Parts: sequence; structure tokens; C-alpha cells
Amino acid sequence: MSGRRTPADGPVALDDIDRALINALQGDFPLSRQPFAEVGLRLGLTEEEVLVRLQRLLDARVLTRFGPMFQIERIGGAFCLAAMSVPDDVFEHVAAQVNAFAEVAHNYRRVHALNMWFVLATERPDGIADCAGRIEAATGLPVFLFPKEREYFVEMKLEA
Amino acid sequence: MTDVAADELERRIIVATQGGLPLVPDPWGAVAGELGIPPEELLARIGSMLERGVIRRIGAVPNHYAIGYTANGMSVWDIDDAAIEAVGEWLGALSAVTHCYRRPRRLPDWPYNLFAMVHGRSHDAVREQIEDIAARLESRFPATCRARDVLFSSAILKKTGLRIRDAG
Repeated sequence: MSGRRTPADGPVALDDIDRALINALQGDFPLSRQPFAEVGLRLGLTEEEVLVRLQRLLDARVLTRFGPMFQIERIGGAFCLAAMSVPDDVFEHVAAQVNAFAEVAHNYRRVHALNMWFVLATERPDGIADCAGRIEAATGLPVFLFPKEREYFVEMKLEA
Repeated sequence: MTDVAADELERRIIVATQGGLPLVPDPWGAVAGELGIPPEELLARIGSMLERGVIRRIGAVPNHYAIGYTANGMSVWDIDDAAIEAVGEWLGALSAVTHCYRRPRRLPDWPYNLFAMVHGRSHDAVREQIEDIAARLESRFPATCRARDVLFSSAILKKTGLRIRDAG
């Protein structure tokens, strides 16, 4: 996976403008015809500087994407956390199998007997169990589903 | 009930933008052009999707490793069912916690029913925060926490976000 970044890669060097831009762009993106110019105005940057820096941050994978984040539950879809216990000797192979499912939105290796944790996103609530079943069939390993029963708080902004 | 299914336009908006907005001076105009609708209609619809929570937010999604949060600990707690709502609300409001959910136990292997994500700049920093949370939890809600663990991530295997298919 070329897009993979591991803790060993360490942080990317960011300057103060990068940090200010990342912090400013974590919400309230203007719904206007010149949104990057507006963002630039707040930071003392030109529209072009904002666009160039943003592209560079995406290319360096400091940002994984830039755009709307959808709550698929609000349009009838579903998200579900899932976990598997994958033997070390087949871990890479199983990771590739699991990641090949478009429904797998992200996937983390974690240090535990349950060592692979991923999120399924499907357009219908019944798609979750169906997809988990297909992952079990493909990998021959059980998938534990951890649907959220209650969300207490979500704050996805991280100060850079 | 607009809640039940995305209408065709919202579906097309999601498909057109789920990979990200184009980095051009007028990204909404570009997306509107791709969808064959007036930019004003797109902006109005995006505003409505934000208001209804179909869009949570619009902006940059940082790779937390790259911005220095190299430790991401999923703290998990086995909390007495009678106290879970109160503990969840309290834990979720702590500034160290970025996500907090109640989820089902998977006994006997998995006794934990509360998940709280803690990000930090080192594993030790995250462990320290979780110890601090555990101590405060015990003093505020005595004997409600029966067991806990923390699962650190050792690799991001995939992070593409939501993808819905083009054909409706």
C-alpha cells in the first residue's frame, strides 16, 4: 500500500503557515465562489498560496483528504467498527484482502489479540452484516462487529 | 422524512465529492459544472446537507501521525450498565478524548462497552492521560469500572473514508 504511513515514518516537518492553514481548514469552509481566497484573507495569504500549500500537504499525506465529511447514517446508510484476530504470518495478506473491500473506510493495526480494527461504511444498514459475512468468507477468519449504540461526543479537530 | 434515503442529487453530490474537492479557485463551481446544475443550487443543497447533519463538516482531514499525534490509543472500559450513560457523557466531554462511544460487549473475549479515543504525541503521554482519566473516573463514579485496556495503533492500513458507488 503506497499510501500507508506508519508511526515509524514520524511527523512531517510543517512550518507555522502550514499549521495555521490546517487548523483554519478543519471546519467552516466557506460556501462561496472563492472559498480559498476567503480562507487566505483570514490568514494573510493569497488564494494561490492557499491552493499551493494545500496541494503540497495532500501530496505529502499530511492531509488524507480535503472536502465534505459525510454522516452516512443520515441518509439511510451505516457505519460499523469491526475487528479481527489475524495471525502474524498472514497479516499482510489478510490486510490486503480486507482493504480490497470498498466498504472498508479505514483500517488500523492495533497491539492486542484483536489486532485488526476497521470501519465498514455501507449504504444500507443491512449491508454491514452482509459485508462482514463476505470478509469472513474471503479470509476464513471471524469478524467481530461493534456497532455504536450511543455516541457521546465527537471532536475530530486536532491542533497541528 | 428526508432522513431515510438520499435523493438522487444528494447521492450524486456525495459521489462527486467523497474523494475530495478540486483544488481550484472555485471548487463548488467546478463540482456544479460536473453535476450539470447551477452553482447556487449546489451551494444551497450543501448548506442544507450541513444543517441536517448529512455533512458533518467540510475541510481538511489531517493524518494525525503526520501532524505529530503519533500515538493513538483506543481506550476501552468495562463500565457497569447502570452507570454507562453518566460515565459516557462525562468521559466524552474530557478534552483528551476525541471520540467516545458505547458499543456492545463480545463476551467472553471482549468485556468492554465504552470506547474512548485518546490522541497524544507519545505512547507514554497517552498512557499517562488514560491513568489520569481512570483515577478521576474512580473518584467520581466509584466501583463502576470493572476493567480497562488500551489498544495502540501500530500502522494505518487504509484511510480512504466513505465510498459509495456511482450507480444508484
